[in-house]
Amino acid sequence: MTGNFVVAVDGSPGSERALKIAIDLAKPANVALTLVHIIEWSPFSFHTPDELAERHGRREEELDRAKEVVLGPAEAAVKAAGLNCESVVRHGHPAESVIEIAVGSGASQIFIGRKGQSKMGSLLFGSVAGSLVQVSSVPVTVVP
Amino acid sequence: MTRLFLALAVLFLTPHSAFAAGFDEMINTATAPIASAIGTFVFFKITVFGAQLPLVVLWLVIGAVFFTFRMGFVNIWGFKHAIELVRGDYANPDDAGEVSHFQALATAVSGTVGIGNIGGVAVAVTVGGPGATFWLIMAGFLGMSTKFVECTLGVKYRNENPDGSVSGGPMYYLSKGFSERGMAGFGKFIGTFYAIGIFIGALGIGNMFQSNQAYVQLNNVTGGMFDGLGWLVGLAMAAVVFAVIVGGIKSIARVTEKIVPFMAIFYCVFALIVIFMNSAAIPEAVSNVFTGAFTGEGVAGGALGALIIGFQRAVFSNEAGIGSASIAHAAVRTNEPVTEGMVSLLEPFIDTIVICTITAMVIGTTAVAYPGFAGDATGIAMTSAAFKTQISWFPIPLAIAGMLFAFSTMISWSYYGLKGWTYLFGESDKGQTIYKLIFCAFVALGCMVQLGPILDISDALVFLICVPNILGLYILAPIVKKELDTYMSKVNSGEIKKFKKA
Repeated sequence: MTGNFVVAVDGSPGSERALKIAIDLAKPANVALTLVHIIEWSPFSFHTPDELAERHGRREEELDRAKEVVLGPAEAAVKAAGLNCESVVRHGHPAESVIEIAVGSGASQIFIGRKGQSKMGSLLFGSVAGSLVQVSSVPVTVVP
Repeated sequence: MTRLFLALAVLFLTPHSAFAAGFDEMINTATAPIASAIGTFVFFKITVFGAQLPLVVLWLVIGAVFFTFRMGFVNIWGFKHAIELVRGDYANPDDAGEVSHFQALATAVSGTVGIGNIGGVAVAVTVGGPGATFWLIMAGFLGMSTKFVECTLGVKYRNENPDGSVSGGPMYYLSKGFSERGMAGFGKFIGTFYAIGIFIGALGIGNMFQSNQAYVQLNNVTGGMFDGLGWLVGLAMAAVVFAVIVGGIKSIARVTEKIVPFMAIFYCVFALIVIFMNSAAIPEAVSNVFTGAFTGEGVAGGALGALIIGFQRAVFSNEAGIGSASIAHAAVRTNEPVTEGMVSLLEPFIDTIVICTITAMVIGTTAVAYPGFAGDATGIAMTSAAFKTQISWFPIPLAIAGMLFAFSTMISWSYYGLKGWTYLFGESDKGQTIYKLIFCAFVALGCMVQLGPILDISDALVFLICVPNILGLYILAPIVKKELDTYMSKVNSGEIKKFKKA
């Protein structure tokens, strides 16, 4: 009996395709899906005092927006296919956080789109999918 | 207010060098007596052992010593825990996305590491001799405890606003803390006094002093290209500050905040290089520091004079006792105020014990190896001359670093001053914009006045706010000690645990 599938979603066409493939593969064995959205954040960044004071409020906004815009539609798609679904949104390093969640929930596979919504920097310095493939202890399926 | 706008309008309409020089003179002559009067009042001196000891410096020194003892030398044993906190060893994964300890520290340090670390130290050594360096370090060391108390209180007594933002700082902990101790009326008065003090004081230490020295170094490095054009450089700097704090162009600030740590490291690396190039002079420079500290030969007021100036410039640099850092640290969303106090221990360490000392050693070793290297230069010009003796091109990156340090300090202090203003006048947007405009005006002003009066007025204003702040720290110290003991027992019992990464 396979453990759940973790799908990294960010609302991009790439992640939608990854979700579709995960659903198709999960259906026959009725595997549960864990939808994960990571808001890129590092504790080691530099800010103005203004930004620090506003941070808590903005964090709440970011979490709400993620749940509504990204996870909501994805969850609906999974439920429509008749599968069990759990959603997680977290701040942190995208690749590391996905792996942490996957390992923590005993996932048997991670699904991720090859190209996401990530910023120009990721294009230059490597994508989340690329990092995941290199560091993950859980099998990763990269969907082009 | 109207006069200020009128003056600015005239300035804008007639950008004429001779007029500007006259304007400079006008401002200079106007401010000097005011600076002098405030200075005499704040720095009321008593004569001790032949030295003129300003009571306010005594107040600071006693405070720092008292807090060091009262908190059981937390500045020594708390250091390791502070590093662990900043590294994230105790960071709860559920809190990811909130302000981290590192971010609070980085912001506060960015605010304190200003041009005082480069120029102020030179002033200390000029006035107090090499011995001032020793007292600078002592002040940094003892000031860690003062900062600890301030920042713990800042978090404990902050206001969480309905829109999710946070307002904290001495005006809050003074008024709330005192009312907890049954002195509500006095607390309100002191809080208000502090708020007034900080929004005015921000215009000195966090503003005019910074822009002035940045301009001086720029002028220095370009061979006097900007002589008499202080108003022009000032306006340019004011425009950039305006773009950030009024225009909300955060990207400028973000870039600066990111570059400042690297510039600080760059500065320290090159300072160490210069010191090692003067390695033959190190033993003598170090012994000068110690003899100067305790005998103070050739310094007005002797060893005590060195102590006074060392403490003055250290507080000016690391802001321990001023309470400004507690405003930045209050934003961290933690249930344990002591954690922010611990983290803030590192600030005077980084600012004074590391960076200021390095600057002092550059000047000290150069003075031994190349006597008379500075000529008449004071402040940042002197530090620049010291670097120049070994690395002829260094004044240029020094000017850039100085400009960035000054800029990041100005941004932080505009925020601190603003918090004082909004404490008094409410959070209305119009009111905030007025203060921000005043702040920008003073950025320009700073470049038009000589260092002397600026330093006098900045010192006076800053030390003025130390008085109510430290009074508050004394009265609230038992609360902090209790928090510290409770927190440490939780840590030692494992109730507050480290979150090990998988």
